[in-house]
Amino acid sequence: MNAQSVVSIAGVSKVFGRGGVTALHDIDLEIGSGEFVSLIGPSGCGKSTLLRIVGDIIEPTSGKVVVNGKPARQARLDRDYGIVFQSPVLYDWRTVAKNIALPLEMLGWERGRRTRRVQEMVELVDLTGFETHHPWQLSGGMQQRVSIARAFSFSPALLLMDEPFGALDEMTRERLNMELLRVWLEMQSTVVFVTHSISEAVFLSTRVAVMSARPGRITAVVPVDLPQPRTAETREEPRFFELVTEVREQLHAAGADAVLEEAVLE
Amino acid sequence: MSAIAQPIPRATLADRVGRRAQDWVPAVVVFLLGLAAWQWLLPDVLHVKRFLLPRFSDVMTTFWDRRVTLWGAGWFTFKEALGGFVLGCTLAFLLALVLARWRPLGRALLPYAIAANAIPIIAFAPITNAWFGILSPWSKIVIAAVLCFFPVLVNSLRGLTSVPPESIELMRSYAANETAVFRRVRIPTSLPFLFTALKVASVLAMIGAVVGDYFGGSTKALGIQIQSSVTLSQYEYAWSAILVASILGIAFYGTITVAERLVLGWHPSYRRSKE
Repeated sequence: MNAQSVVSIAGVSKVFGRGGVTALHDIDLEIGSGEFVSLIGPSGCGKSTLLRIVGDIIEPTSGKVVVNGKPARQARLDRDYGIVFQSPVLYDWRTVAKNIALPLEMLGWERGRRTRRVQEMVELVDLTGFETHHPWQLSGGMQQRVSIARAFSFSPALLLMDEPFGALDEMTRERLNMELLRVWLEMQSTVVFVTHSISEAVFLSTRVAVMSARPGRITAVVPVDLPQPRTAETREEPRFFELVTEVREQLHAAGADAVLEEAVLE
Repeated sequence: MSAIAQPIPRATLADRVGRRAQDWVPAVVVFLLGLAAWQWLLPDVLHVKRFLLPRFSDVMTTFWDRRVTLWGAGWFTFKEALGGFVLGCTLAFLLALVLARWRPLGRALLPYAIAANAIPIIAFAPITNAWFGILSPWSKIVIAAVLCFFPVLVNSLRGLTSVPPESIELMRSYAANETAVFRRVRIPTSLPFLFTALKVASVLAMIGAVVGDYFGGSTKALGIQIQSSVTLSQYEYAWSAILVASILGIAFYGTITVAERLVLGWHPSYRRSKE
């Protein structure tokens, strides 16, 4: 593990239940500071499970996860990461501003500092004018922007994102991809991003980790050498298509054909 | 993007009042037709006897002439209902918090709470009279409290435990302890469930207090006055007393509804129109 490593996953396995369904088998992965790493694989390959193990929301059956040089448990207690789920998980009784402020309240920030940071985050995700709206008054894409603002609000070293755009339409998804990259560059954070969209993984990532199903394993790691900052034109570059093809072939090689139809179709 | 991200304009007050009035007109018409039927159709055309239903204007006359006694009795019984409501609902919500915090305990006790919710608790009214004494207000307060207890317990517990797992995972990621999870997630989530139960409980509390009186109680109580006036063929007075009970019951229910709107202004069911 080098000094720049933010996440170090070593020999992690996860077996569910007494029947022994192996969700993850012997996962090793190092993620450096400032990286954007996507986990891609078919449904049931355990990519969300791996993300939750990194966040200490569930415990691995064996193996070790180190985040910021600490055991995952300690990193969680130190609030070292922000998390974004596929559903926005906003609290209906809180306004947009108060939802973004939730982690800041948990961290014990005083009111003035909270208000200033919330305002910065609202501007960053382009939700100015919606601070006093409630989540159900917003569209799905706007709700997910609130969720992203909340995750970034306390500048955590690590962002864990579990298919955050999976429930959105293609147009909204591509727009939010751009926004996420902008926020990521601005906040200089490290992101672990779960997706089953090949193009999304290639467009966003500095590296793509390809996983196979049952048991879930990392079968290949594809470095993405597309220049930063990425733009709408990035999706039209030949290199982009080469990388999409490479990830797709790695997924095929992982024996994911049968269960990957939804991803291949994209 | 900024073209799409426009704040949603709120409906003006006049718009909303206008729409409200349209909603209410049919209900008001039905109400007035009902009163007219009570006043003329039933006694004059259908010849409904006085002991079945006295004429509306006669009930109103008694209601006005005896208003001090009637409202005194109403207030006496309402205090019993309110006492039982506060006692029963508070204990039920506190127990729901305990059962939601220690789930095995909840799983052990919930079937009995649901079963108790389905039995006619009012049948116990003579028993509470025996326990606390016929003239003691506590016999009525306790029966009202027991009536309120189970629906509030079952509904609150359902609300406290119906939090989506990701909401809890989010709080975990902030290293939140159980107290914070309850305060910031579980209790707010349970409030719509709680208020539904409180509305039911407000009705049950009035039923408990009035019906509790039927099995014996102070002559100052509304239930006793209804019972004795029927025995003495004072049907106008009995109907006036029932009217008092109804007004108090509706006012009680209405107060809870207003409180619900104030507390749950954020809830999607009260969403303001978007255009």
